[in-house]
Amino acid sequence: MTSLYDEVQAAPAAGVEVRRITVNVNGTDRTVDVEPRLLLAHLLRQALQLTGTHSGCDTSGCGACTVLMDGRPVKSCTVLAVQANGREVETVEGLATASELHPIQEGFKEEHGLQCGFCTPGMMLSAKALLERNPDPTEDEVRWALSGNLCRCTGYQNIVKSVLWAAKKMREQNQEA
Amino acid sequence: MYPSRFSYDAPTSVEEVIAILDQNGGEAKVLAGGQSLIPMLKLRFASPARVVDINGIPGLEYHRLDPDGTLRIGALCRHEDLEFSKLLGNFPTLAQASSLVADPIVRTRGTFVGSLCHADPQGDWSATMIALGGKIIAQGPNGRREIEARDFVLGPFVNALAFNEVAVEAIVPPAKGKALGGYLKLERRVGDFATASVAIALDVDGDIVTRAGCALAGVGGRTIDANDAISVLVGKSLTAESIKEAAEAVAAAAEPRTDHRGSGSYKRHIVETFVTRILSNIANSEQKAA
Repeated sequence: MTSLYDEVQAAPAAGVEVRRITVNVNGTDRTVDVEPRLLLAHLLRQALQLTGTHSGCDTSGCGACTVLMDGRPVKSCTVLAVQANGREVETVEGLATASELHPIQEGFKEEHGLQCGFCTPGMMLSAKALLERNPDPTEDEVRWALSGNLCRCTGYQNIVKSVLWAAKKMREQNQEA
Repeated sequence: MYPSRFSYDAPTSVEEVIAILDQNGGEAKVLAGGQSLIPMLKLRFASPARVVDINGIPGLEYHRLDPDGTLRIGALCRHEDLEFSKLLGNFPTLAQASSLVADPIVRTRGTFVGSLCHADPQGDWSATMIALGGKIIAQGPNGRREIEARDFVLGPFVNALAFNEVAVEAIVPPAKGKALGGYLKLERRVGDFATASVAIALDVDGDIVTRAGCALAGVGGRTIDANDAISVLVGKSLTAESIKEAAEAVAAAAEPRTDHRGSGSYKRHIVETFVTRILSNIANSEQKAA
């Protein structure tokens, strides 16, 4: 597969440099030929059709496009696709299984952590990165971890509650395991 | 938005980077964390023919202390490495700034040295480095040279590197005596650029200031070097009187302009307030410790 800006999935025009990259996305290796200027957000949304990653401000300000790269949150509008070569990327599509929501998704459902839902994928991945490092965060620590993600609907109150709900559920699951 | 086309190199050694920069005569741009460069490419404020990605070069992620207490920060040390560092105990100015740079997501990618090179007049790290008397190590075809942080920023988004040089390390000298300092920043929301910010670093012997450093972000066309202004503190202890004198001198060194973040006089007032606050906090915590 080739992914260019002007001609998605077409062969590159003469003189257009493409790079073959292999990115592990949600557990599966995906090999794509990309222009060096292709952004990770556009690789995910256009070439791989994973539209759960949202493009918000497109200027690195809002965090809607946040994904995990090797476990750390990054703004996928501010990373080149070629820079993800050989790395693991996790998007919101990687959270749930066929039969079960991820506890973070469950938390957003239980605590009404979204209204329009546009910021939600980014919020959930920032939350996942936090909970992997800190399974029992305080409210302040949750607010710190989400401070790069903007929400224009909720006022954040229920988002913070959702993450704390998920943290508790994940701790309980780990104790059972 | 997407960048204009460029050729991409991902070299695995600093020597290769320098060779590419040298061959491309100013048309190549180094990509480290990319948190400033990639937005600029997208906005097409920058459209280099080549982008030289240094993220694949091993051994540049470090920050470490020399036996004499000198702090060394490699070209790929991320902001969050410093935010979570256990090595900044003697560098309170850096420790306080580390959680105020951009937002937590940007801090996973953006680099300390890259931020210095970007030379944004509102950049946090340039202010801390000028206050601390730090240096930048540049490597080019003829080897390495040291550049004082106060000589590194030449103007808005202009640094002192030659086209075929790359900044490989930042160095912060240890304090002589006790290291005290602080960093305060006013921003409209997390991740916004500084409306005004103040970095202060003091070396103190007993209660006498032996070296005073200060720099400002957001209040001029480049990072403001206020080291001369705050030198009124040298030889004195921190008293209400000396703090007032320093705050007034530093505020006078600011060159703020009126814009959507506030009026020039408001920003100058913020600078004076922040200098007073940082120095008063230091004086109070020293008094309690004594």
